[in-house]
Amino acid sequence: MTQLTMTKVIATKQITLSHIDKTYLVGEKPLHVLNDISLSIEAGEYISIMGPSGSGKSTLLNMIGLLDRVDNGSLVLENTETTVLTEEQRAKLRRNSLGFIFQNFQLISRLTALENAELPLVLAGVDANKRSEIVTELFESLGLADRLQHLPKQLSGGQLQRVAIARAMVMSPKILLADEPTGNLDQKSGKEVVGVLEELNRQGITLIMVTHDHELGARANRQLQMVDGVIVADSATCIEIGTNK
Amino acid sequence: MKWRDSWRFSAQVLLRHKTRTALLSFAVAIGVCSVLLLTSVGEGARHYVSKEFASLGSDILIILPGKKETSGGSIPFYSTTPRDLTIEDAQAVKHLSSVKSVAPVIAGTALVSHKNKSREVIAIGSTQDFLKVRNLTLSHGRGFSQKSADLAESICIIGAQLKDDLFGQQKAMGQWLKIAERRYRVVGILEQRGESLGLDMRDMVIIPIRSAESLFNSPALFRILIALKPRQDESLTEQRILSLIKKRHDNEEDITIVSQNAMMSSFDRISNFLTVAIGVIASISLVVAGFLIMNVSYISVSKRQQEIGLLKAIGATATEVRVIFLTESALLIGLGVCLGLAAGYTIAALFNQFIASFVLIIPWWAALASGLMSFVIGLLFTWLPAAKAASQDPVSAMRGN
Repeated sequence: MTQLTMTKVIATKQITLSHIDKTYLVGEKPLHVLNDISLSIEAGEYISIMGPSGSGKSTLLNMIGLLDRVDNGSLVLENTETTVLTEEQRAKLRRNSLGFIFQNFQLISRLTALENAELPLVLAGVDANKRSEIVTELFESLGLADRLQHLPKQLSGGQLQRVAIARAMVMSPKILLADEPTGNLDQKSGKEVVGVLEELNRQGITLIMVTHDHELGARANRQLQMVDGVIVADSATCIEIGTNK
Repeated sequence: MKWRDSWRFSAQVLLRHKTRTALLSFAVAIGVCSVLLLTSVGEGARHYVSKEFASLGSDILIILPGKKETSGGSIPFYSTTPRDLTIEDAQAVKHLSSVKSVAPVIAGTALVSHKNKSREVIAIGSTQDFLKVRNLTLSHGRGFSQKSADLAESICIIGAQLKDDLFGQQKAMGQWLKIAERRYRVVGILEQRGESLGLDMRDMVIIPIRSAESLFNSPALFRILIALKPRQDESLTEQRILSLIKKRHDNEEDITIVSQNAMMSSFDRISNFLTVAIGVIASISLVVAGFLIMNVSYISVSKRQQEIGLLKAIGATATEVRVIFLTESALLIGLGVCLGLAAGYTIAALFNQFIASFVLIIPWWAALASGLMSFVIGLLFTWLPAAKAASQDPVSAMRGN
C-alpha cells in the first residue's frame, strides 16, 4: 500500500483495480457494496457487467468512472493512481479520459442537443467554432445532423441517448462507460444505441457496460457477473469464483 | 472554462426559464423596493419636521408676557401678566443694535365675512415686519406700509384658504370684507403654504397692529417676534432685551424669552428619535428582504443538485461549478435589484406627484444598503449550497444528497 503515494504506476493494463472496498451507510447499518474487488482491463476491451439489483455493478462502474470514491484499495487509470488525486485532478481526468453514458440520458432540458453535447468542450475552454465543428461531425456520424438545434423534449429516446453518446465522445476519451444505456429505450432504439457503442469499440475505445439484459450482456467479449459486491464470474479467466462470505 | 462561456451559460438559464427568472427576481425586487419605500416614509417625516422648524426663520427670539421659569419647546399661551407687553416695548427693543426687525403681535379670533359667506379665523395684528420674521410672502399685493400700521388703517392681508372660502374664484384684491362688523380692504394675499408650528397660515387674517388694538379693545401684546441681525450673540441680546424691558416695567422681570436655540434643542430630540425610528424600520425591512433572498437563492440552487452532479460527471471542477452558479445568481440578483430600485423610485415619484402634503424621500444609503445586502446575502446563500453540492462526488450530487 505504500505505492499509493506515487501517482504514476508502471502498468501495461489500461485500468487496474486492486482490493477495492466500498461501504455505504444505510440508516445506521453499513452496507458493503463492493468487497475486495480486483480487476484488470486492457485498452480496447468490450466488457459487460451483469448481476441482480444491488449487486454493486453500477457502483463498480461509478468507481471506474471516478464518479465516486473508493474506501480502500487502488484504482489505476491510464498509469495514474487515482485514489491519491485531488478533486480537481479527478475532474480533469474525467473530462479528458472518460466518457459516461447514463440510463436516463442526463441531458439538461433547457439546452439544445448541440449545447448539451458541447458542454465538456465548454468546460475545457475550447473555442465556440472548434466546438461546433467537433459536435457537428459527431452528430453526422450518429445520424443526428438535422437535430443540432432541437431541445431534448423534441427528441425521441434513441436520439436522446445518441446525443448523450456524442457528449461522452466530444473529448475523444479512451474509455466509455455505459450504465444501462438501453434501459429506458424500446428494443429498436436500444439496438441502434448498442450498435453505435460497438462501432466506437471497434475503433479502439474501451467499452464497459452495465446491463440487466442477458442477451445484450452476451454480446460483450468479456462478461463479468456480480453478486453481493463480489465478481463471481469473469469470462476472461473462465473461472467461476465462489462467493467468499 | 472561459469567462464568456460561463456568462453565456448563466444567461441561458435565466432566459430559458423565464417564469423562474421572473419569480426569483421579483422576490429580490420586492425586498429592495420595500426597504426603499419604508425608509422613504421615515426620511420624509424627518424632512417634514425639519422644514416646519426652518419655516420659523432663523435667529429668532420671541418675547412672551409673564415669567416662566422653564425654558424650552413648550410655549405658554396663557399666563398671568402683571404688566402687559405694549407696542412701545416693541419699539424700544427695535432700537437695540443687534436687532434687525421687530414684529409686535396681537392675536385673537374674529368672524370674517364677505357678502353672505363668513368664517371664524385667527386675526393677527402686526406690522409688515411680521411677514419678514415669519418668512411669509405675498402672492398678491404689497402689504402694509409703515404709515398704515401707525394710523390704524382698515386694511388686511388674508391667507390663501380664507381667500378661496370668501371670494372663490373672484378677485379679492381691493375688495372689502368685514371683521367683527368693521370693514377692511384686502391689500395682500399670502402665498399658499402649509401649517407652521400649529398655526395655519392659509386660514388667517392679518391687520395693522393699531387696528387690532382697537378691534380687540386692548393694547396688550400677545407676543413680540424679534429677528436678529446676522451673526449676533443670541444670549447677549436676550440679556439686553431682558434688562431693557425690566427697566420699562418698573424693574420687574415679567417676560419670558424663547430663543431659537431652545426650540432647536427640542427639534433635535424629535430629529434624533426619527433617525432612530428610520434605522429600526430599515433594519427590519432589510432583514425581511434578506430572508426572502436567502430562501430564493438557497432553493434555486438546491433544486439543481442533479445538474451540478452531471456537470461534475462530465468533467467540471468544484471551482467551475461554483463560478457557474455564482454568476447565475449575480445576474439574477442584479436584475432583481434593478427592478426593485426602479419600482421604488417610480412609486415614490408617483406618490409625490399626486400627494403634495407629504414628500417621500428615499435616502441614498437605503438604496445602497438594500442593493449591497441583496448581493451579499444572495451570493452567500448561493455559494453555501453550490459549494456543498460541488464538493461532493458526482454520484452523491446526482442522487441529491
